[in-house]
Amino acid sequence: MPGDLTAFQRAFTQALLADAPPMPGRSDAPAFAVQPGFAVYRNTVQSACIDALEANYPVLTALVGHEWLRSAAAEYARQQPPRDVRLMVYGEDFADFLGAADSAADLPYLPAVARLERLWREAHIAADAPALETDMLRAVPTEVLPTLALAPHPAARWHWFEQGPAYSLWQAHQGDAAEQRAADLAAIDWRPEGVLITRPHGQVRVAPASLATCAFLLACADAQPLPQALHAAQATDPQTFDGGALLAQLLSAGALRALPG
Amino acid sequence: MCAAPLCAGLGLKPQHFSQALACRRPGLWFEVHPENYLVEGGPRRAWLRTLRAEHPLSLHSVSLSLASEAPPDATRLAQLAALVRELEPALVSEHLAWSSWQGAYLPDLLPFPRTGTALRAIARNIDAVQSALGRPIAIENPSHYLRLDGHEWEEIDFLSELVRRTDCQLLLDVNNVAVSAHNLGTAPEAYLDRFPAHAVAEIHLAGHSPDPALGQALWIDSHDCAVAPATWALYQHLLARIGPRPTLIERDGNVPDFSELLQEQELTAICLRRPATENAKNPEVTACPAT
Repeated sequence: MPGDLTAFQRAFTQALLADAPPMPGRSDAPAFAVQPGFAVYRNTVQSACIDALEANYPVLTALVGHEWLRSAAAEYARQQPPRDVRLMVYGEDFADFLGAADSAADLPYLPAVARLERLWREAHIAADAPALETDMLRAVPTEVLPTLALAPHPAARWHWFEQGPAYSLWQAHQGDAAEQRAADLAAIDWRPEGVLITRPHGQVRVAPASLATCAFLLACADAQPLPQALHAAQATDPQTFDGGALLAQLLSAGALRALPG
Repeated sequence: MCAAPLCAGLGLKPQHFSQALACRRPGLWFEVHPENYLVEGGPRRAWLRTLRAEHPLSLHSVSLSLASEAPPDATRLAQLAALVRELEPALVSEHLAWSSWQGAYLPDLLPFPRTGTALRAIARNIDAVQSALGRPIAIENPSHYLRLDGHEWEEIDFLSELVRRTDCQLLLDVNNVAVSAHNLGTAPEAYLDRFPAHAVAEIHLAGHSPDPALGQALWIDSHDCAVAPATWALYQHLLARIGPRPTLIERDGNVPDFSELLQEQELTAICLRRPATENAKNPEVTACPAT
């Protein structure tokens, strides 16, 4: 019978993703869905989504606790089932979801931490490419510098968190010692923070970043020449801006891509 | 003796990477889910390249959704083909199941009625995958939890017909046979005795558990414990008939120390090395060998 596979898949998916399993005895319930074994599929699909979100947002999980995270993840999975078979990237909009969730209304820093963890994952799986090194930049003839455009490394990610100290919150959860974590959390200064995530030598590195650093990398990503990018960075902090220090920080972090050729 | 260079293999977990890399058991190989490595770059892919330099590798896909009217996702298939070119795996496999519906990924291996329509769709999808990868893939028999209406084919005949139409290989998961037979009330030995031996490129062994709610009435293909004695008996029964094939121990939950997995790997290797007549006697496989 043509189309029978499609019809079966449609009915199976509907029952699989329904808020509640079909009730036995209902005349409109498909025969497969009222068998006890159908719960195995419902549970496996839901658990896989929740497990993936918990694995992809470990610091968020540590902040809110295992049960809270899994409850939020179940709701997210219900609203937005995965579209990508690579579950390591599942949860692209989890930060926005948390920002809109009533249950997180008194935890405004949660979306920021989720966004940082998302950037970490993006950096982890981004393309390989050689990083710009100090010697390469020094070798650029002076007359070329006004038109030279530096590009961010494919694995470089940066963000300025107006909502709060996302970097400090993340950093406080990197060790296993609970006492140290409590001390680190108590010492956090609750103000906006920036973060720079890079992957020097194949390992993801997370560092604090100034607003100037974020502005500079944004200008580079926009293919603006070096003088304009430096100008954009300086505009964020005209009093204390140090272009040399900024470039040194980015070069040592591997945040810029090697020049072509 | 193992006829192929691959003897007994292990499903690879990231936490065992260093030990797996250094392990030098003859015939040892490793299997991974390629979905975890379909990335542009970075440490994951580098990690797998490093392992591949030391050991044979098998890519066991879970998401191609072959039992669908829709063809496999072109982007993911191209990424998988690139991974196959880069790693030159000894084996590539996928399940007789579906997992995608209109762009949504349903992370499980879902069942379907074995109809003529399904057969044509799956054969077409296997052709597409084998063509993209430039090599045959092995199709795994699924675990069953449901009695579906509308089957027009017995599973073994369905798999045999796929082999005939596409020249694909088969992956015989002995634990899935045990779980399905228990859940559907059939005889696992009869299934193994009819399975098309010539097409079996790989065998899987794993543990199963009773359903948390239903208990022994329903077994779950949980991969979270050691291979059950009854599954070892089925495995030896199978080897006595078809001879040695590359065999993998799968463990995905409650993952023990690498050394514990190596003990199961060694038991597997013993079964694979001894003559069929010895396996036919079905000696008990419980004692851990001295290693």
